[in-house]
Amino acid sequence: MKVKATDYLVYDEKTKKYREDPEQIVRDDVEKHYWKHVGLTILKDWRLYLMLVPMILVFFFWRYMPMYELLSCFKVDETVKEVAEQFYSGFSYFKKLFGGTAEESILFWQAFRNTFLLSFYGLCFGFPMPIIVALFFNEIKSNIARSFYQVLTYLPKFMSTVVMTTLVTMLLRPSSEIAEIEMGVISRLFVSLGLVSPEIGAEGLLHQPEYFRAIYQISGIWETAGYDSIVFFAAIIAISPTSYEAAQIDGANKWAQMRYVVLPSILSTVVIMLITRIGSLLSVGYEKVLLLMNGDSYMTANVVSTFAKDIGMGNNPQIGLASAAEMINNITGMLLVIGANSIARKASDVSLY
Amino acid sequence: MKRKLEVTELIFKILSYTFLTVFALCCLYPFLYAISASMSGIDALEGGKVVLFPKDIQFEAFASMFKDNVFWNSYTNTLFLTFYGTLWAMGVAILGAYALSKKRLLFRKGLNFFLVFTMWFSAGIVPQYRNYINTREVFDKIGLDDDKWLIVIAMGMAAMNIILLRNAFEGVPSEIEEAAIVDGATEFQVLTNVYIPMSKSTIATVALLFGISRWNGYFWAKQMTTNHNEWPLQVYIRDQLEYFQDSENLIGWDYPYSSDSVIYALIVCSVIPILVIYPFIQKYFAKGVNMGGVKE
Repeated sequence: MKVKATDYLVYDEKTKKYREDPEQIVRDDVEKHYWKHVGLTILKDWRLYLMLVPMILVFFFWRYMPMYELLSCFKVDETVKEVAEQFYSGFSYFKKLFGGTAEESILFWQAFRNTFLLSFYGLCFGFPMPIIVALFFNEIKSNIARSFYQVLTYLPKFMSTVVMTTLVTMLLRPSSEIAEIEMGVISRLFVSLGLVSPEIGAEGLLHQPEYFRAIYQISGIWETAGYDSIVFFAAIIAISPTSYEAAQIDGANKWAQMRYVVLPSILSTVVIMLITRIGSLLSVGYEKVLLLMNGDSYMTANVVSTFAKDIGMGNNPQIGLASAAEMINNITGMLLVIGANSIARKASDVSLY
Repeated sequence: MKRKLEVTELIFKILSYTFLTVFALCCLYPFLYAISASMSGIDALEGGKVVLFPKDIQFEAFASMFKDNVFWNSYTNTLFLTFYGTLWAMGVAILGAYALSKKRLLFRKGLNFFLVFTMWFSAGIVPQYRNYINTREVFDKIGLDDDKWLIVIAMGMAAMNIILLRNAFEGVPSEIEEAAIVDGATEFQVLTNVYIPMSKSTIATVALLFGISRWNGYFWAKQMTTNHNEWPLQVYIRDQLEYFQDSENLIGWDYPYSSDSVIYALIVCSVIPILVIYPFIQKYFAKGVNMGGVKE
């Protein structure tokens, strides 16, 4: 930046003369010797900067170092220990995943499709549920009754993935002829309602590939719909009662109130939550998939993370290939976050980042 | 002025109560069933006669579980991981968030990006696994050869929680801090005597988020522990489920309780601590969601 000569001079009222501005001299010095001043500031304030150290170390070692490990997807030779050797030597793993008829490629695309479908159905069915629940909560005017419903519906969210999936597995368990065990209680319910045939119930619903997505979504809704409604409920109760009164005077019935009062008021919250949701479209909770999946439902259950785990963490690990799969998944996911965010910013002035 | 309910309003009200009642019952039922099933006799449970209430009540499933050393070990391990994991994560997060909340901090934007980027992009399972393996080698060299410390120190940090804390610290009025500095407080004293007391509820919320994620952690604990004495509870539950799912293991089962009862009993035992503190922590959770969800 070019400094104008007048920047240095200030008019002094007492002496009626122009004199050099001491602050500008300091500013100029900072510009010239930037790193010296950085060092001095840190030294003067060292206690504050010391506080940052543990956080930076934790994130560096266990968040950014794995990203460096991820670069092994560019390595050609899997036996080379160091990532830096033969760096950038090829996209062979990507070609193997993208290209044609190799077994890995078919499995990868299956996993990619499953990942996308699980999240996409989650977006279609799982996302609106908390909003509906919040709308219903708003109808319950008695505080005691509402807290009662809230406590019960938040409950599943507090259970671990293991407890949740264990419950699902047990409640949908197949009947066992060796040990003479009847099928799970929810399976029995479905059979008696005629939703599934007794044979399928006896084989176990989790062992049917075509039911996996439905089980995943329904258990997901069961787990999170109550808890996720908190955000929307907070937005709904923030609406001023006068808005409703005004609408009522204009003769709006309940549906019209929903349409013209409630929905516009919670729209920004909905948009924000939608962005987060789209952003995580490709980061399906692998833990839950892993715990619900079994050999029979592999076809529809396998997602990119579990695919990468299978080929990259087994007895004969193919780290390069696994890293390439995760790289594709993560880059697409990140582009989705950024894309969703910028679209939302353009469309509605609401954005997350 | 008491207005008469319109037809649409009445319909909506009835719909709300019906829907929420059904949904609440759906949320509650699996847990009630787990309790009943854990206490039911083998014939009633395996014959499918238990629907809601326990039949042929027995407590042998619990008794057999309490006799199992691995169960108690895993419980202790979970408590250990939850306590030290939360402590470590909170220490790191509070210090970092405090520094980040200061406007005068150099490279503040860059550091924020350093955190937020990890929310957009994570390396994935396999690279993380390789990284933890390398970390374990380093930890072994410096004498931290217990895998529990690896889990405590290396895992469970979340950028979102640091950002929640930073936002809370930014809300503390700077006049109070200036007054403390005039009184001769050091940076650390300002943090412990001004900032932490003034953002107690956020700190409680974040500690709970860390604590619950530690209590519930499964995947990495499973990958990074080498023997069953180091397992936390969640890994133990999963192991038992996998064991009893294999019908081969049930040949010659002659106990008065079903193998299913053992798993339900485990679930009940792992859920009880959370249910006990749940009423007290529930409001903090509601708060945490609102802090994290809506920011414009």
